[in-house]
Amino acid sequence: MNVPLLIFLAFVALTLAITAWAARRSSGAASFFAAGRRITGWQNGLAVAGDYMSAASFLGIAGLIAFNGYDGFMYSVGWLVAYLTVLLVVAEPLRNAGKYTMADILAYRLSPRPVRAMAALATLTVSTFYMIAQMVGAGALVSLLLKDSGITYTTAVTGVGLLMIVYVVFGGMLATTWVQIVKAVLLMAGTLLLSVLVLGHFGFSFSAFFDAVTHVRYTVNGLPVEQDFFTPGLKYKPPYGALDLISLGMALIFGTAGLPHILIRFYTVPDARTARVSVVWAMAIIGAFYVMTTFLGFGAATIVGRDFISRNGGINMSAPLLAQALGGDTFFAFISAVAFATILAVVAGLTISASSSFSHDFWSNVVHHGSPRGPYEEVRVARITAFVVGVVAIALAILLGPGANVAFLVGLAFAVAASANLPAIVLSIFWKRFNTAGAVAALGAGLASSIVLILVGPSVRGPANALFPLENPGIVSIPIGFAAAVLATLASGDRSSEARFAELQVRGNTGLGAEKPTAH
Amino acid sequence: MSSHRPPEWDRLAATPQFHALLRAKSAFVVPACLFFCVYYFALPVLVGYFPEFMNRRVLGPLNIAYLFALSQFAMAWFIAFLYTRAARRFDAMAEEVVRLNDSPEGSGAQ
Repeated sequence: MNVPLLIFLAFVALTLAITAWAARRSSGAASFFAAGRRITGWQNGLAVAGDYMSAASFLGIAGLIAFNGYDGFMYSVGWLVAYLTVLLVVAEPLRNAGKYTMADILAYRLSPRPVRAMAALATLTVSTFYMIAQMVGAGALVSLLLKDSGITYTTAVTGVGLLMIVYVVFGGMLATTWVQIVKAVLLMAGTLLLSVLVLGHFGFSFSAFFDAVTHVRYTVNGLPVEQDFFTPGLKYKPPYGALDLISLGMALIFGTAGLPHILIRFYTVPDARTARVSVVWAMAIIGAFYVMTTFLGFGAATIVGRDFISRNGGINMSAPLLAQALGGDTFFAFISAVAFATILAVVAGLTISASSSFSHDFWSNVVHHGSPRGPYEEVRVARITAFVVGVVAIALAILLGPGANVAFLVGLAFAVAASANLPAIVLSIFWKRFNTAGAVAALGAGLASSIVLILVGPSVRGPANALFPLENPGIVSIPIGFAAAVLATLASGDRSSEARFAELQVRGNTGLGAEKPTAH
Repeated sequence: MSSHRPPEWDRLAATPQFHALLRAKSAFVVPACLFFCVYYFALPVLVGYFPEFMNRRVLGPLNIAYLFALSQFAMAWFIAFLYTRAARRFDAMAEEVVRLNDSPEGSGAQ
């Protein structure tokens, strides 16, 4: 049996053991949706890091920097700084005023049915698109890494899909949390080791390493080229490169605080103070990781080289190939297993986010008007949804195939989160006059504008046929979301939402009345 | 934060202690958000519109672009640190408001 497959299976066995343990402890809605709210600050910090850093971070950024130098690093920066929005604006009020989903805080003082319906739609859109991107990535990665074992793309996608269904259906948020924690530890260990080996390759001399980065050699159309990889602008060129970067930055800064699968992580801790501590822990871990992408990306550029990577699996294989160059096949297998774990943890988080939203927001509150259901019905509906979502995601990923360009799906997820979710959340918390019409408009307009602009943009139509010149629609769709929120609020003249604003403010700022941890 | 009476939201929202809490929070969060947004967006703006300037080497082979990008990490961590410190004050002020809910007549420890 080959080593990569063994390491994969070992990780899978560990996660299934975690799921069995979590299943025994689970009972009731608070346990299934929020892990009983007993996750500690540092644990949740690790889990948030594990939930957030996806294959796009590990494989994608390493590849972008390996091929394009500095421009790839811009992603790293944005992906960390985005957590300031979470820390300063969203995390604590959310924990204080909400229960299981992002829509809880939106529906607090607004008319629940329309708002929850729209919020559930936005959550399902973001989670599903993000999930499909991860699964296509997982399928392509696993089939490439294990091609000697005869594992095909379809088998890999099905395997990932089945695992994430099992984690969520049987283990709920508790299993998801611990899978994310284990993944975060593995990812940091692997990245640290890789970084140390990269530096070691240059005799532990930073100046030797940085010097090599200024002389990266590869071929373009068969002609040898030498490039300083610290130079900005190798990927984001005029005329629209600068605007695209700003647009991307906006989507990251505003979108992270609107990603449902990240937001629900803050319901798993006992109180708002712990939520705050967990964001700080997450920022330390995530920041350290993204600083180290310097070594991953520039290391791959200088030690492995763009040409070799292109011939051996393409840009997303930069990090595993770097591992192979520095530590042989064993290290290659370990890093590949880390990449696989990375994907699994994120898709589990996305699955539970989608299923809790469908069950708690749509089923209980829209379809059944919030009438009290039996004690386990919400959980049962969520489990069924997780199964359905998993099956649909498997089917779509198989349909799209390994060659699908999925980067736009993740970009779309951030754009929707930034244009639809964040305006609704922020205005609901801070603007007294904000009403139901405004929330529905923000969610609807943000969702529609981001989707339309991506569909007519260069990611989907190709650079030559694009009707909208930017890859990322943020710079247009985010203002549209906010504008729609404000205009619809003022136009509708509905003031009923002001009645409970005092309650939301007091509760959000002091924690009075917040959901408490449950006993086991 | 626990309290033994059902909260009287409107009364609490009107108290000077609660207003003080909101003011203290705004005094930190608003400037902090403005600062980090300006500092962060300066990066794609400078890199996009002044690439030759940003490409100038200042520390060995390292150029302004890379050093400015690295400084963003320090900035984010520093603001998180400052907020953690300020939040201790906010927690104490929030506790005061919660206590007000328990003891409108001044009678109650928790």
